Amino acid sequence: MIIAVASGKGGTGKTTVAASLALSAAEKGPVQYLDCDVEEPNGHLLLHPEWRQSRPVTVFVPVIAREKCNYCGRCAQICAFHALAVLPEEVLVFPELCHGCGGCRYFCRQEAITEGKREIGRLEKGLAGSIQFVHGRLRIGEAMSTPLIEAVKENAAPDILTVIDAPPGTSCPVIKTVTGADFCLLVTEPTPFGLHDLALAVKMVRELAVPCGVVINRSGKWDHLIEEYCRREQVPLLFRLPADREVAAAYSRGIPAVAARPEWKTRFLNFLASLEGKDRCAS
Amino acid sequence: MKVAVCAQDGSLDAAVDQRFGRCPCLMLVDTENMQWEAVPNPGANSSGGAGIQTAQFLVDRRVEAVLVGRIGPKAMSVFQRAGIRVYGDIAGTVRETIDMYRRGVLPLLLEANSPTHAGMEEGRSGR
Repeated sequence: MIIAVASGKGGTGKTTVAASLALSAAEKGPVQYLDCDVEEPNGHLLLHPEWRQSRPVTVFVPVIAREKCNYCGRCAQICAFHALAVLPEEVLVFPELCHGCGGCRYFCRQEAITEGKREIGRLEKGLAGSIQFVHGRLRIGEAMSTPLIEAVKENAAPDILTVIDAPPGTSCPVIKTVTGADFCLLVTEPTPFGLHDLALAVKMVRELAVPCGVVINRSGKWDHLIEEYCRREQVPLLFRLPADREVAAAYSRGIPAVAARPEWKTRFLNFLASLEGKDRCAS
Repeated sequence: MKVAVCAQDGSLDAAVDQRFGRCPCLMLVDTENMQWEAVPNPGANSSGGAGIQTAQFLVDRRVEAVLVGRIGPKAMSVFQRAGIRVYGDIAGTVRETIDMYRRGVLPLLLEANSPTHAGMEEGRSGR
């Protein structure tokens, strides 16, 4: 079972929910936590894993063998990202524009392109109590995050409960993260901004055909904004986490919500039980 | 001498465009006989790497000089490696710019005079 935690809007409490979900589930069985928000990974700030492994993640970049190249220009023509320029006696490569697809190498009739490697970030693994923890850390200045997200997902153990902390937004990195999940928790805050981005996120997960449900974080007197939307769009409203000063203070010290408020664990465990119930019905 | 001018439209009296990679039109002008050809800039609507695409196009068209308002570092490096001279500070119309070029008053650029992505419209990103 893979559960992705996404949001649309940033700062709604994805990591709060993901970390609390993982910690609650860890009391019942094996869990792994994947932080796919590789541009700003922060799950480790709440779960405090002990690191066991760190390695670079690289992507393909073309390397031109000048003695084989006939400067035909084909590589530059097929590159959708204009990462190559072919001059009469030289090929220029702009690695920061390259998406690593390898199309230039594939189409080179002279076989003049070989594989170079560019480091886009690091993959780190550790153990947080009994939780297996994996995250990616994108190199500062790097624009391409999806291959690193892919590496984080590939390094997940199969067949154990997996909680994925997704990046904010609804663009490529989130789609890469949420694709293949069995369920997507959408964390929102009860504000017009939260609602606006929640609606975008719901559209996105529907496009990906991943079942989803909503969690209202910092729940309070404006919940009706989200409730009305969920009713209208027939999105299940799963549970709420109240606006709680103690939880916020704990968060600022790196203490997860369910550690500050152990009684909140039942919300997460009930949610998991309801998912597993559905799973059994489906199979 | 065949030169390229960044323009907003395809005529000698069109206004020049300060952007290099994102200018809508490239005017290719033979400065000896004022024979000209207007071509749409292939990089104008590119999602990324517009300057490189435009520069590649002009290298392929064998221009000898490029007259620009602003140009970024990637396109500039393409011209430098290809041995094509780049002149800056264009203003007014294409005709006026060619005239300034012939009188030798346009400054030769030795490096980019604009940061990368400066010609992008607001709100568009390559991601």
